[in-house]
Amino acid sequence: MHIVVCVKQVPDSAQIRVHPVTNTIMRQGVPAVINPYDLIVLEEALRLKDCLGARITVLSMGPKIAAEALKKCVSYGADEAILITDAVFAGSDTLATSYALASTIRRIAADRPVDMVFCGKQTIDGDTAQVGPGIARRLGFEQLTYVSRIERIDPAAREIVVHRRGEGGVQVLQSRLPCLVTMLEGSNTLRFAGMDDMFRAARYEVLEWNHKAAGIDAPERCGLKGSPTAVKKVFAPPPRAKKAEMIDASAGTPREIADAVLAKLFASRPALEREMTR
Amino acid sequence: MSAAASHAAHTSPAGLEDWRGVWIAVELERGRVHPVSWELLGEGRKLAAHLGVPLCAAVVGPDESATADACAEAIFHGADCVYVVRHPVLAHYRTAPFTTALTRLVERYRPEILLLGATTLGRDLAGAVATTLATGLTADCTELRIDGETRSLAATRPTFGGSLLCTIHTLRCRPQMATVRPRVMAMPARDTQRTGRIIPETIALDEDDIVTKVLAFIPDAAAEEAQLAYADIVVAGGRGLGGPANFRLVTDLARVVGGDYGGSRPVAQAGWIGLERQIGQTGKTIRPKLYIAAGISGAVQHRVGVEGADVIVAINSDPDAPIFEFATYGIVGDALRILPALTEALRARSPALAAAD
Repeated sequence: MHIVVCVKQVPDSAQIRVHPVTNTIMRQGVPAVINPYDLIVLEEALRLKDCLGARITVLSMGPKIAAEALKKCVSYGADEAILITDAVFAGSDTLATSYALASTIRRIAADRPVDMVFCGKQTIDGDTAQVGPGIARRLGFEQLTYVSRIERIDPAAREIVVHRRGEGGVQVLQSRLPCLVTMLEGSNTLRFAGMDDMFRAARYEVLEWNHKAAGIDAPERCGLKGSPTAVKKVFAPPPRAKKAEMIDASAGTPREIADAVLAKLFASRPALEREMTR
Repeated sequence: MSAAASHAAHTSPAGLEDWRGVWIAVELERGRVHPVSWELLGEGRKLAAHLGVPLCAAVVGPDESATADACAEAIFHGADCVYVVRHPVLAHYRTAPFTTALTRLVERYRPEILLLGATTLGRDLAGAVATTLATGLTADCTELRIDGETRSLAATRPTFGGSLLCTIHTLRCRPQMATVRPRVMAMPARDTQRTGRIIPETIALDEDDIVTKVLAFIPDAAAEEAQLAYADIVVAGGRGLGGPANFRLVTDLARVVGGDYGGSRPVAQAGWIGLERQIGQTGKTIRPKLYIAAGISGAVQHRVGVEGADVIVAINSDPDAPIFEFATYGIVGDALRILPALTEALRARSPALAAAD
């Protein structure tokens, strides 16, 4: 088995702040992390490696600094790490990103056929969940998203059975390799890095490929040029014209405050009172 | 590599006017239409009126009565015409046949806008269809408008983990695709007097060509199937509650008012509540008649998930918490004391509960 795991280095969105005056994003000092959803699929790939034997290639597109994230993946047990980094990728939307990554996976598969691709369910900076399906479609791989559990893989029979989260229930799907899988949070928890792998990662040199090395023959389909969508405006949500009517909480006991807010609420919405006090 | 995206849909600006109409992909699964499809028809109606074009629904499903019902309902909810593909392979959702059916319809009729629900089905399908058509797709939009100058879709969505909003255009390609999460848009009125055309479409599909098979469907247990998104009254807690043990104050109040409960992203991620009860951009969007938020600061990512509530009552000890910017009523105080007081006050007002005491 050869498994490619796609990862992205993202700003830790929990720590992003917006400048109160200029409404711009304050990136300074925001630590970069591996997209947490990617770690879930990395762990799944490592488990497959443990029980079936597999070679794991981690792949990322980004600036040179993203090599750090890939080294970290090596410390958890990935065998090889490839960073595609090139000015032509700047400004890629999800369509251009899936083109670049799918082209690279084809290039990787030319040396060693790829049986499975894992992507995070989505990233915490973009939250689109579009790159995984995009890669699957371009490679002609079976697309298995929102998987909560891989029940069975039979590499010889090229067969896979997964549990996929649907609306109102779980689909049990039987599919075939090669396939692309994205997984839900809560499916597993990433292991700790082992000593041997940590030493290996420290010495490991991430392969850095430009678009040519990655086998991308149409650079105009990457980056801003290859992106059908354009961000026209980034802004903080406008403040509401009307702010909350404040109920003075210093004046009474909690019960008095509760009665005061209910009185206001029910005076303006009598139907709510009927519904809430049935 | 038949599935590989072509550049065919990369149309020169001159060809854009060939693409006309607003389409909603109706999400029909196991005989039931996801309500987000009707919400999208409500929003699509406004876009179509602005553009002066028809509003159409695309229904993809098995050759069963539920599919015919979905077509009729689409018209009742605002569609002028419905394109329907009926085929036994479409009985369960699978990426490949649904992508083929929807992609062929779009290529045949060339709508300028195609909207889908941002559900696990809709996001899976939208990503595959947009890649096949090589066009732009904007996920989880909170607002859709038509740009007067360019006649293009201005799709607004939260970005950077929900700390900011951004407006995205697809200028050179058609259709312009977007997904919208359930409950973000209002449900339109259902009018059984409305009439429209239902156009059956034939698309070649064959079970033998479909690699992925559905072995079983395990429905969620009733308890697990939180109908939070569609609840009329929602009580939620945030980090201000101090710890998971205090969450009982939220569930107590929710029970007394006959509502459902949820929490902010930090408490869902900390495991105080199940992830399916997270409210906000990356969790559930709600549109209750009443939303009570206790100890939630009200970051943008939370705000966009609750703005559709008729009334918001916010309790927070920080007078500068952003939630007071968009709440209806605000109480600066200790949620741990106010929540039980609200529960008690409501118990006292409810004849049934008071009698039981």
